[in-house]
Amino acid sequence: MTGMTRTLMAALMVSTIAGGMATAATHPTTGEELAADQTFTNWTLDNPSSFDPQVVEDSDGAAMVRNMFEGLMNQDADGNLVPGVATGYTVNDDKNVYTFTLRPEAVWSNGDPVVAGDFVYAWQRAVDPELASPYAWFMELMSIENASAIIAGEKPITDLGVKAIDDHTLEVTLSASLPYFATMTTHSTTFPAPKKVIEEFGAEWTKPENIVVNGAFILEDFTPGERIVQVRNPSYWDNEHTILDKIETLVVTDQNQALTRYLAGEFDRIELPAGTYPKMKAERPDEAVSVPWLCNYYYTFNVSDSGPEAFKDVRVRQALSLAVDRKVITENVMQGGQPEAYSFTPAAVAGFEPPKSAMADMTQAERDAKAKELLAEAGYDASNPLSFDMIYNTSENHKKVAVVLSQMWKQKLGVEANLANMEWKTFLDTRGRQDFALARGAWCGDYNEASTFLDLLTTPSGYNDGKYSNTEYDELIQSAKTAENAPELYTEAEAILAEEMPVIPIYHYAGVMMIDTDLKGWPYQNVERNWYGKNLYKVAE
Amino acid sequence: MLNYILRRLLTAIPTLLVLVIICFLMMHAAPGGPFTSERPLPPEVLANIEAKYGLNKPLYAQLWDYLVGVVTRFDFGPSFIYKDRSVNDIIAQGFPVTLTYGTISFVVATIVGVAMGVFAALRHNTWVDYLAVGATFSAQALPNFVMAPILVIIFTWQLGWLPGGGWNGGQWQYVVMPVIALSTSYMASIARIQRTAMLEVLHSNFVRTARAKGLPNSTIIWRHAMKPALMPVVSYLGPSFVAMITGSVVIDLYFSTGGVGLHYVNAALNRDYAVMLGVTILYGALTIIFNLIADIVYAWLDPKIRY
Repeated sequence: MTGMTRTLMAALMVSTIAGGMATAATHPTTGEELAADQTFTNWTLDNPSSFDPQVVEDSDGAAMVRNMFEGLMNQDADGNLVPGVATGYTVNDDKNVYTFTLRPEAVWSNGDPVVAGDFVYAWQRAVDPELASPYAWFMELMSIENASAIIAGEKPITDLGVKAIDDHTLEVTLSASLPYFATMTTHSTTFPAPKKVIEEFGAEWTKPENIVVNGAFILEDFTPGERIVQVRNPSYWDNEHTILDKIETLVVTDQNQALTRYLAGEFDRIELPAGTYPKMKAERPDEAVSVPWLCNYYYTFNVSDSGPEAFKDVRVRQALSLAVDRKVITENVMQGGQPEAYSFTPAAVAGFEPPKSAMADMTQAERDAKAKELLAEAGYDASNPLSFDMIYNTSENHKKVAVVLSQMWKQKLGVEANLANMEWKTFLDTRGRQDFALARGAWCGDYNEASTFLDLLTTPSGYNDGKYSNTEYDELIQSAKTAENAPELYTEAEAILAEEMPVIPIYHYAGVMMIDTDLKGWPYQNVERNWYGKNLYKVAE
Repeated sequence: MLNYILRRLLTAIPTLLVLVIICFLMMHAAPGGPFTSERPLPPEVLANIEAKYGLNKPLYAQLWDYLVGVVTRFDFGPSFIYKDRSVNDIIAQGFPVTLTYGTISFVVATIVGVAMGVFAALRHNTWVDYLAVGATFSAQALPNFVMAPILVIIFTWQLGWLPGGGWNGGQWQYVVMPVIALSTSYMASIARIQRTAMLEVLHSNFVRTARAKGLPNSTIIWRHAMKPALMPVVSYLGPSFVAMITGSVVIDLYFSTGGVGLHYVNAALNRDYAVMLGVTILYGALTIIFNLIADIVYAWLDPKIRY
């Protein structure tokens, strides 16, 4: 035995004994033995867009903000609403005035109490043309009184429908009844902001040396392109129930590289690159997970005047949708446990019941036969084949899906679909100008309610790139906003879409991740993927 | 000589200006903008953002404002995508990282490359030569975007010796793999250029004369052959140094070093105009400076060249 090995052995023995002797901490409710090092090493694809709650716009950045700032309400592991800074709220009968009661023990990390005025300031900031937040529209989506006029510069920010009745009572007035308003207060745009600090440091206030937070963690370090370090905030009101000490998020832009580093033990959680899920599930079944996501993947027909004549015929749209074998796409192309889509709204959306569509119940052979029949009826056959262009943004996955789609149409229906890929911004620009026939689309919900998807296909929607327009559909969606039986109306609206087929739903996204077995508390059932660092913990291995 | 340097530096100013203008126009000619997204912003929100960043002004006014900011305040503007950061912040944070591993890679590539080339040339047509030539060909055939993942698989996953990425203030463990991945193909090019140049010099008349004079072999090589044999390498080193300290997109991508290289690509894709321009100016200025340095070294190496 060399001297080196001996020293090493001795060190190992000492540490084993020491580790064994120390009374290991246990989880207060589950009784699991906790790891001594409570550091959660997370992965992110890119730098966060900002740490400013009113400015941040990317989802990973919003997750970091959610760990540092606490809004009125939070979500539990299943996505249900639980108290945050507010202990609860009351709402009037018209569902347009909400009154939140704030907990008195909540404080900022500089010792100041968190008061209703901090929310008023933050919400006014969000719509302030001077800050020009890209998420100002969220305040409009929340229907807060005068939000639109303030954004347009027609009214002062002080006219916003939010006021502090006293330090611990916040009253919000809406321009329309919104039964699900409280669920929207879990969004980062609505988090409070420390006025004093922002006025002192300006745009520099989110730098680690300046930032003041009211959440469970505080920013310790940010090296762009490398890492973001957040550590426990001892002044957080519920700090005693926080178990994690540190969240270290490493920026790795290449997902395969992230996977290798996960396998090397450098990460507790990563998202899997496309196509790797089946292999990982086989090799590490306890770590590879696929969870439903509030996002859909579809192709949209251009039914506006600039679109092809053929797509104005519902039979053509139906035929193309029927001929898509979604099972092949989810099981052989995506391979990440994605659900096949026969409705625009994912079935995972809270309270949403997809309509009984004829298509979902047919076998693929029946669908194909029906597709041929419809296309022939519409007047397209071998002598007069249907031909159109389809566009998608450059990506390995989108390409695979597009190629498979065009092959399915070609083989089953003799349809000629010409593929064109475009760089992302060019694609968005082209699609936004209705300069296409068939285009890829995807949408992720802003809140867990079907309207976040169905609004998109209404006539006035700015995101309705195919320019689909149906009065009956628009009316249904409008009345659902205040109706008691909203879910039923959403199902009806989906039935119209299934009949008219303005878009071809392909699949609904699934989040495929690797999560180390010693990381506990991950909210797999929260379809909005809102996770709170204060609910996570690491167990001893 | 001093005159020449001054002249070169003065011509750099219009060169950079033209570079900025072309880059600016090309960026704005590309479809979409920094705020184009899957979820188009409502017009009034977009109007506020554009007013905040001055994007609602005519193009020439934007260009003018930008140039005035750069020249008078050395302010390269804000990032439209990473909203908490200015372009100055981004470069100040990322460039030292890139400069560090780029310089180390440059030194390693030059020393090892030159040594390999000289050694191979001196042992021309022996197994040493064949081995060196074989090694350089394989190294050149292995691009760094293939090499980087392989290094991580071997040294991080399989052996567990080195961290698979990050920078951590530049601790040596974090620098090793980026340097290997970045320097290898340059090293191979340098070795090949050096070997060819050395062989040519060794067969030239003045070396034959030196041998005929009976000078010892080491004197011939180090005093007479080395300087002219370095010339082609030097002209290669100027631009490749710039490429190494800047064009390391792949390294930043695979090793998450936080260097400035990745911003170049991301800024172009995101239409983050100011970041794109800032990084372009940095690259342009460095290219001009290092080409100048290469020319000066050239003059020192070759008595025939006078400026």
